[in-house]
Amino acid sequence: MTATVGRHSQAAARANDVWKVYGTGEAQVAALRGVSAEFERGRFTAIMGPSGSGKSTLMHCLAGLDSVSKGTVQIGDTTVTGLGDSGLTKLRRDKVGFIFQQFNLLPTLTAQENILLPMSIAGRKPDPAWYDTVIDTVGLRDRLGHRPSQLSGGQQQRVACARALVARPEVIFADEPTGNLDSRSGAEVLNFLRNSVREHGQTIVMVTHDPTAAAYADRVVFLADGQIVSELIEPTADTVLDTMKKLDTPVEVAG
Amino acid sequence: MLRATLKSLLARKVRLLLSGLAVVLGVMFVSGAFVLTDTLGRSFDAVFADAYEGIDVNVAGKPKVALSEMQGEQVPTTVPAATVQRIGAVAGVAEATGVVATDGAQLIGSNGKVVTSFGPPQLGSNWQGESDLVKLREGHEPRADDEIVVNAALAQAGKVKVGDRVGVLTPLSPKQTFTLVGIFGYSGDRDSIGGVNEVAFTTPVAQRLLLGEWDVFTNVTVRAADGVSDSALRDDVARTLGDGFEVKTGAQLSADASASLKEGLSFFNKILLGFAAVALLVGTFLILNTFSIIVAQRTRELALMRAIGASGRQIIGSVVLEAVAIGLIASVLGLGAGIGIGALLAYVFGNLAGGLTLAGIGVPASAVIGSFAVGLVITVVAALLPALRASRIPPIAAMQDVANPDRPLTRITVTGGVITGIGAVLLFLGLSGNAGDNTLAVILGGVLFAFIGVALLTPLISRPVVSLLGAIFAWSVPGKLGRLNSGRNPRRTAITAAALMVGIALVTGVTVILDSAKGSIGALAQDTIKAELVISGSTTGPRPASFDPAVLTKVAALPGVQMADGEYGDMGMVDGKVTWLAASSDVTALQRIFGAKTTAGDISRLGPDQMLFSSDAARSRNISVGSTVTVQASRGEPRTYTVSGIYESSELTSPVQLPPQAVKDFAVPKPNQGFIQLAPGTRVADVQPQVEALLVDSPEVSVADRDAFIEQQTGSLDSLLTMIQILLALAIVIAVLGIVNTLALSVLERTRELGLLRAIGLRRAQTMRMITVEAVVISVFGALLGIVVGVGLGAAVVRALKDDGITDLILPWGQMGLFLLLAAIIGVVAAVLPAVRAARINVLGAIAHD
Repeated sequence: MTATVGRHSQAAARANDVWKVYGTGEAQVAALRGVSAEFERGRFTAIMGPSGSGKSTLMHCLAGLDSVSKGTVQIGDTTVTGLGDSGLTKLRRDKVGFIFQQFNLLPTLTAQENILLPMSIAGRKPDPAWYDTVIDTVGLRDRLGHRPSQLSGGQQQRVACARALVARPEVIFADEPTGNLDSRSGAEVLNFLRNSVREHGQTIVMVTHDPTAAAYADRVVFLADGQIVSELIEPTADTVLDTMKKLDTPVEVAG
Repeated sequence: MLRATLKSLLARKVRLLLSGLAVVLGVMFVSGAFVLTDTLGRSFDAVFADAYEGIDVNVAGKPKVALSEMQGEQVPTTVPAATVQRIGAVAGVAEATGVVATDGAQLIGSNGKVVTSFGPPQLGSNWQGESDLVKLREGHEPRADDEIVVNAALAQAGKVKVGDRVGVLTPLSPKQTFTLVGIFGYSGDRDSIGGVNEVAFTTPVAQRLLLGEWDVFTNVTVRAADGVSDSALRDDVARTLGDGFEVKTGAQLSADASASLKEGLSFFNKILLGFAAVALLVGTFLILNTFSIIVAQRTRELALMRAIGASGRQIIGSVVLEAVAIGLIASVLGLGAGIGIGALLAYVFGNLAGGLTLAGIGVPASAVIGSFAVGLVITVVAALLPALRASRIPPIAAMQDVANPDRPLTRITVTGGVITGIGAVLLFLGLSGNAGDNTLAVILGGVLFAFIGVALLTPLISRPVVSLLGAIFAWSVPGKLGRLNSGRNPRRTAITAAALMVGIALVTGVTVILDSAKGSIGALAQDTIKAELVISGSTTGPRPASFDPAVLTKVAALPGVQMADGEYGDMGMVDGKVTWLAASSDVTALQRIFGAKTTAGDISRLGPDQMLFSSDAARSRNISVGSTVTVQASRGEPRTYTVSGIYESSELTSPVQLPPQAVKDFAVPKPNQGFIQLAPGTRVADVQPQVEALLVDSPEVSVADRDAFIEQQTGSLDSLLTMIQILLALAIVIAVLGIVNTLALSVLERTRELGLLRAIGLRRAQTMRMITVEAVVISVFGALLGIVVGVGLGAAVVRALKDDGITDLILPWGQMGLFLLLAAIIGVVAAVLPAVRAARINVLGAIAHD
């Protein structure tokens, strides 16, 4: 189990002056404008911001799903920027876990097979003790033989969480993981993510626009107009909401 | 609505084109067939019109044995020279010329080999002098008995030149040697008319060699005096001559000759249309599948249309409209391609036939109508089912995340079972010979029903079989994923595999039948022919190869030869019924070489007025020992024979056996095959070269040991099989398109899933392997189905032909294994494009896409 390290020790993921520009010439749009951020090991970080602030783009760049126009991205000691397809595939396989808004399970596989899929693709065997821990934590032991179509939305998302966790990646990126869930299922999933950070030292970076979801994190980073504009440590739903309001105001004035 | 339809059509043009391609190929065959037959038909018309231009009226003797085109070449009765005089005396006749012209004069080229023909006659004739049509190019006309002239194309083919000594084979005589004294051509600087080659002798030599009589002709051509109409003159001549002659105008003659050739062409046409039907059947599966997938993928879009007020009928309309558009485009492309293919085939055919001048490529109305009818109907019919399904999508589906719901397979399975049953019943009826005149139609219907029925049953079969097949690949993760994907939508997998099934089933079925036939004949010959050496030749023209009967006597005198028998044959009439007449130079060969058993009377000897019957022929004609029958051979007068014996029918015996004296009236009074039995202890290798040396003047035939002979006899089946396999390969190619199409659509449908797999670490190569496994599983499944269905169909036919001598069911295991291997390769090939596409999926785009 990875030990929880201090705030200023080595980061699990890091962005250095990251720019992401779409289009050319007149039609140029900058989604990220010089973002620098560190995501510490063993912490649950939320990225927030209004629509179009670049929060999803930032996550995609951090995860190696999207290339950056300028700057560098690192996951652990690997520099993501400049990696080719096979390098990126290896990175995703070995160091990164994903949880998406749409549950993204393979309909042909059972819950258990879905959970073990990244390991079997990489040709690795899961640590049985850890596997049991994960299954018990997500509470899916009696559902392992079911196919996704036989599971509820919340259950499917917990399978997706288990899939991300079981390989014990350097960092898990979660993109609006509760976006498609009712509040109770959402709370279950968020609790579960927070526990995996607190109890097992997992690093999680979550993009969300929901202040309640963000309140589960240890730290919230706020983005607006492609730049980091604010940060909250140990947030609550209220402090997040307040910060969001402050962010929205100048935009409304400008609009 | 129209706008929306057209827009969605354009958005999916690539995959629709892919499925339309099958229709294009089918239509191409249809229009190609019509264009080919039309072009060749008109070309032949022109050839005959040209060849008979100088003839106003033609007089020929009625043939003694009237045969249809399929039964063989008719031998006309000769016209005596006196008749030519009588015709010349008819009022209105400017000139009457006696003509000797028969097919089967074969020139031996400078390399010692016979110049062969692929169909056009090899005429032997009497030189009638130069005319508007015929012009000597070099040398002079034949004046002496050992002088001949030939047409320029023949001189070229045989590489002979004026002054050479050349050998000529004619039906009635062994090889004769002549001096080539002249080479002629035809008007318009042509070397040949329609590929026909001609050897012209002096009239007496032509009569002796070609007709075997003096002062007779095959026909008389008449030129009318000025102002006399052809038809009036024809009637006058006919009246003067009375019965026993066929009198025709030149135009009639040309039309008749052309018509009989066109009958042969229409057979060709039917074969091409048959393959078009196969291509279209496979194409129907493909279009049905494509539309089903597209409708499934557009469920939300269609539901949205329903939600905003489109009626179910409008939805059907929009899907059918798409089908019409595709059908139209495919028909136009297919028609174009068909014209190209038809023209190409006509060109090839024209060249093969030895320089047939093509009368310009024609596009008959039948080609255009046929193309559009077939293309449109097939596409719309195939799209109808998916359209109905689309119209049943409830508006609420727009709001739900409905993937492809797994519908129960009960209904489709029951329907499939019923249709398969109907197919089986039809096949049984057709094959058991209870369907009368409609046998072929009933059998074809049975095969069609069987295919559709099995295709409908396929989804049910696919589950266990595909999962079993896939298990081979399940050792790796991509393999396992591919296997699961192929079992994911049983209907889709099934229809894709069914398309491949049709082609493979037909090839397998034909192979089973032909292999069984070959094996049965071979085994029978092996068991019963008691001859160590066989003299035979391959048939190239309308007449079988033959050799000099004198060779037999010389062979019989060779040391170690126990018996040398020559077999003769002719299409003749026995008591007014067309029958194959056989005669052996040594009647004891029937028992000693062919192992015939006596049923009644004595079959070991035959007097000049006696004949033998086979038990089957005797039973069907109510003949017993002592009966008298009248036999008319191709030439000569009818003769009465007494039946002196009856032998048990077998595949190696003919219906009737005549004494050797009868062969002089046969169309070819020379043996076609010789069977040589050696004394015990004699080595085949010692005798064979001696027989070969004796056959030096009979270049049409060669001597082979028994095994080689059987191989030769069944060899034609092999080339038939190869031809059918090549044509059916087309159906397989279309099925490959189907697999590509299904996979491409599936990849598109699973973009998100593929993105996810890539996101969690599936490498590009693994992605490609996953798609490839899916393709291979589908195609091997299709091939397996095809082999099973093909063996079933083949075995049914073989069983039905049991009484016709196909006694052994021989399964081509090697071929079947090859088909499976081929199917695996097909799968790999079909997977290439979809796999590359899947591997190139942008991970982010796939996940972010909603």
